[in-house]
Amino acid sequence: MMETLDSLLPVAILLSSLLPGLAIFMVAEDSHWLRGLLNMTGALVKLVLVGMLVWGVYHDHSYDAELVLAPGLSLVLQADALSVLFVTLSSVLWLVTTVYAIGYLEHSPNRSRFFGFFSLCVTATIGIALAGNLFTFVVFYEILTLATYPLVSHRGTPDATAGARAYLAYTMTGGAVLMIGAVWLQTLIGPVDFTQGGLLAEQPEALHGQFIIIFVLLLAGLGVKAALVPLHGWLPRSMVAPAPVSALLHAVAVVKAGAFGIVRLVYDIYGVEFAHALGLLTLLGVLASVTILYGSIMALSQDGLKKRLAYSTVSQVSYIALGASIFGPVATIGGMVHLVHQGIMKITLFLCAGNYAETLGVHKVSEMDGIGRRMPWTTLAFSVGALGMIGIPPIAGFISKWYLGLGAIKADMPWVLLVLGASTLLNAAYFLPILFRAWFREPPPHWPHEDIPRRRLETHATLLWPPLITAALCLLAGLFAAAPFSPLEWTTLIARREYP
Amino acid sequence: MTDSLVLALVVPLAGALLVTALPAHAARIGLFSVMLNTLNIALLTLGVWQHDELQLALGDWAPPLGIGFVADGLSAAMLAMTALVSLAISVYAGDYFRDPARARHFWPLWLLLLTSLNGLFLAADLFNLYVNLELLGLSAAALGALGGQRTALEANLRYLLVGLLGSMTYLLGVALIYSGFSTLDFAQLAAQLARGDAAASGLLGATALGLMVMGLALKAALFPLHFWLPPAHGSAPAPVSAALSALVVKAAFYLILRLWLEVFAPLTTQGAANLLGLLGAGAVLWGSWQALRAERLKLLAAYSTVAQLGYLFLFFPILQGLPAGETRSNLFAAVTLMALAHGFAKSGLFLAAGFVQQQAGHDRIAELGTTLQQLPATTLTLALAGTALIGLPPSGSFVAKWLLLGGAMANGQWWWVLVLLAGTLLAVAYVFRLMTRAFGLEPTPRHFFTQARAEGPALLLAAMATGVLGVATAPLWHLLGTSGGLG
Amino acid sequence: MDAELLYASAGFILFVLGIWSLLLHRLLIRKLIALNIMGSGVFHLLIATAEHHGEPADPVPHALVLTGIVVAVSATALALSFGRALRGDGDD
Repeated sequence: MMETLDSLLPVAILLSSLLPGLAIFMVAEDSHWLRGLLNMTGALVKLVLVGMLVWGVYHDHSYDAELVLAPGLSLVLQADALSVLFVTLSSVLWLVTTVYAIGYLEHSPNRSRFFGFFSLCVTATIGIALAGNLFTFVVFYEILTLATYPLVSHRGTPDATAGARAYLAYTMTGGAVLMIGAVWLQTLIGPVDFTQGGLLAEQPEALHGQFIIIFVLLLAGLGVKAALVPLHGWLPRSMVAPAPVSALLHAVAVVKAGAFGIVRLVYDIYGVEFAHALGLLTLLGVLASVTILYGSIMALSQDGLKKRLAYSTVSQVSYIALGASIFGPVATIGGMVHLVHQGIMKITLFLCAGNYAETLGVHKVSEMDGIGRRMPWTTLAFSVGALGMIGIPPIAGFISKWYLGLGAIKADMPWVLLVLGASTLLNAAYFLPILFRAWFREPPPHWPHEDIPRRRLETHATLLWPPLITAALCLLAGLFAAAPFSPLEWTTLIARREYP
Repeated sequence: MTDSLVLALVVPLAGALLVTALPAHAARIGLFSVMLNTLNIALLTLGVWQHDELQLALGDWAPPLGIGFVADGLSAAMLAMTALVSLAISVYAGDYFRDPARARHFWPLWLLLLTSLNGLFLAADLFNLYVNLELLGLSAAALGALGGQRTALEANLRYLLVGLLGSMTYLLGVALIYSGFSTLDFAQLAAQLARGDAAASGLLGATALGLMVMGLALKAALFPLHFWLPPAHGSAPAPVSAALSALVVKAAFYLILRLWLEVFAPLTTQGAANLLGLLGAGAVLWGSWQALRAERLKLLAAYSTVAQLGYLFLFFPILQGLPAGETRSNLFAAVTLMALAHGFAKSGLFLAAGFVQQQAGHDRIAELGTTLQQLPATTLTLALAGTALIGLPPSGSFVAKWLLLGGAMANGQWWWVLVLLAGTLLAVAYVFRLMTRAFGLEPTPRHFFTQARAEGPALLLAAMATGVLGVATAPLWHLLGTSGGLG
Repeated sequence: MDAELLYASAGFILFVLGIWSLLLHRLLIRKLIALNIMGSGVFHLLIATAEHHGEPADPVPHALVLTGIVVAVSATALALSFGRALRGDGDD
């Protein structure tokens, strides 16, 4: 009996957003309450189920659900420590973003369509996190593309359509390349089950040449979503989407799915030692470093707040890939923990940017003079996120950078320190001026478009609380990094299992 | 159990006669017959599931003199798809053909079409196939012209003549076979060929097979013999287009598959299979390119049918090169899955396109934005069907493509991978050329369904292709595991 | 044997002639006649295979040809009615 329950848990986690999502499509546009109820029930049920999963995986329970499609081809959901990290991140942030989106989209059109695809998007992300083999991963990875397309083009303006088209062109091509690589690998070695320590090291040496090509194909497919340069072009262009969608793209789902895939590729398919031996880690490290610097430099010159944040994502997400490319447990911890840390910091920044736009009509950095006086709480949350991104202790981002740097020293790769140092300076150069403007300049006599008048709170409660909560999470993840179940402790657990 | 084999012909045929006799109640009787047929096919599939194969010799006359019916896994799969698709089409058609004059013409022909499809999937000898094939061609052409416009008449007259040319070519092959083997029964032919009697009969058999496949390829609209399909399918009334694209061309493909892989397997060569694959590749590229350029939604759907049939023919060279084993049996199941997924997706797409056309008054893609935004259910149907046409998860065609790619790589036939890649990206382009228009600044529709009876069946069909068939493939494998000689 | 071969070859020639004029002619009625000639060719061939030197002739081809003729007649009828509908619609 316990056995079946154990295999049902991952499926139930998937269904907890799939079923509400499908139901929401059918909800009449005016039934706000029903739609909200479905959304919140799904998000809360998922959180409870994920809590059970975390507890189980911590105590070495294994969760496996398999659906055989054909001999040698199965959909497998399983929960290991790494998937739990991603599942927890996305389900917590889903709840936060849903609350925010309900407030943000009040009175806006096509909400049933929006929330339906929103839930499908999270379902796909959960599927990616729980995928137990490469086939399952590809299935959910492609579903994620399909489910996010309507969200990016949601606004329906020509800008939105163009952004969505760019998104589609990049991700579909990437998906096709990923699929070819995945089928190729499966043709060579049979079903590719994610295995701690990798499963290619024991293969005959004659295949190594093909393994290198396959790695490049898979990395190209994953790199599109992870926005590795030069495959990042869609990310700044899809900024036209509503703020909750940006949060979803940058922190919860899409970019994370790519980065998570790279982590899986290195650790659980190739195995970090084998990838190191083939020289693939160097390739990944160089790509990641270039992306980190390029994204930061591009962010410097953006006046659009969301565009600046988008280039910052390009840069920050590659810390995860960078961590995967440095051989050694400390850097592994640094990269994986950044999966969570970047998520909570970036979502804070995007939710704040959404608040500025929705409350005052402020979209540009140059319009943000003195905004800290009009919206102190939002700006406080924004500041926490921005300082975290720069890597100021005790905010979460500091932990990631510290471990990455330490790992690079241990792996004898001093140039990584240069990359980290340069990136930190650039981070400071594009974030600190914003904070200076916001706190120390005089506010203008009129805001561009003051839609929500100031009452007891600076904006709607549903818009204000989510960024405050995620900002608090950024602080907590940094302050209590050594506490049990903190992201850092959890990734240490993963690294310990990865490097026996 | 074998009763269901006879009933598969009797039920729709009796329905056809009844609606002709009682035209005033055509819609009700017609729908009832189709429901009854679906029920019967469900029983038949269950029988095949349990007994591997159902056989029946009519009037206890054994072949070669008597007419035999056989249902194996492949037939059952095709029959089941046909039954479900025809049920959805019938529900939709009840709404579409409100005008009693048109309903009076639609229902007898439609039930006749269903009879001949059932007969075709059950037939176990070459001549019986010919009769059903002709019956199918005649009723299909007549149905296609129901709209009555000049373009429809011309397109479907051409379809009729091309079909006749195809079946005459097929029949010539049948005559050659009879002169060489003195039997037309599948099992007896296969046994004689497996013994490999004489070199002369080998040559004769190969010529005959070539003629039959050529005739059938014309009916299956294999590139470059596809020229008749887009105008005929694009001009027919929506429910008829759905049946033509999803079922009728699929029937001709089914015959090629059966003849090539089962009955005449000893005569086929890699070179010939490569030729089929090459034509398939041409169909994928040309059909997708034309779909991308099509100005009308129904024409887009019709060209996409040309492309999708091309995918089915890509399986031949790869199957030919593989030794019996897991990869090969997976691939055989994959081609069936692809055919089924396309059947569901394309019928859903055509039904949805028909509803869009009714609502908008036209089907010019560039001007459909307003209508699409007002019809969430239909737009979702188009999206789901499009997902299956591209071959993205969670559709059945994704699983099929995955296995096809794997087969091509296992075989070292790398060039097909490039065809698949190009076809997939072209399909993305033509599907999203339509879907982009569903996002705009029109006012939000109040409800999901605008007209549930017209939109519901299409949505269910599309959800079968993308959703059910992408996940629940195991039953199909079980059903086909029983398919004779292919294990 | 010779008679059988003669019949068969004649049938084959008829079939080829039929295809040729089907592809050549534009007029519907000619196309239909061409199709029927193709059909007759195939029927010839089938009948030729019924010959069983000395023994009673094989009945199966006869049954096939009879069925084939019925099918061909109905196909011709349908095509003709298409033609009539097209003419009734206006010019031709």
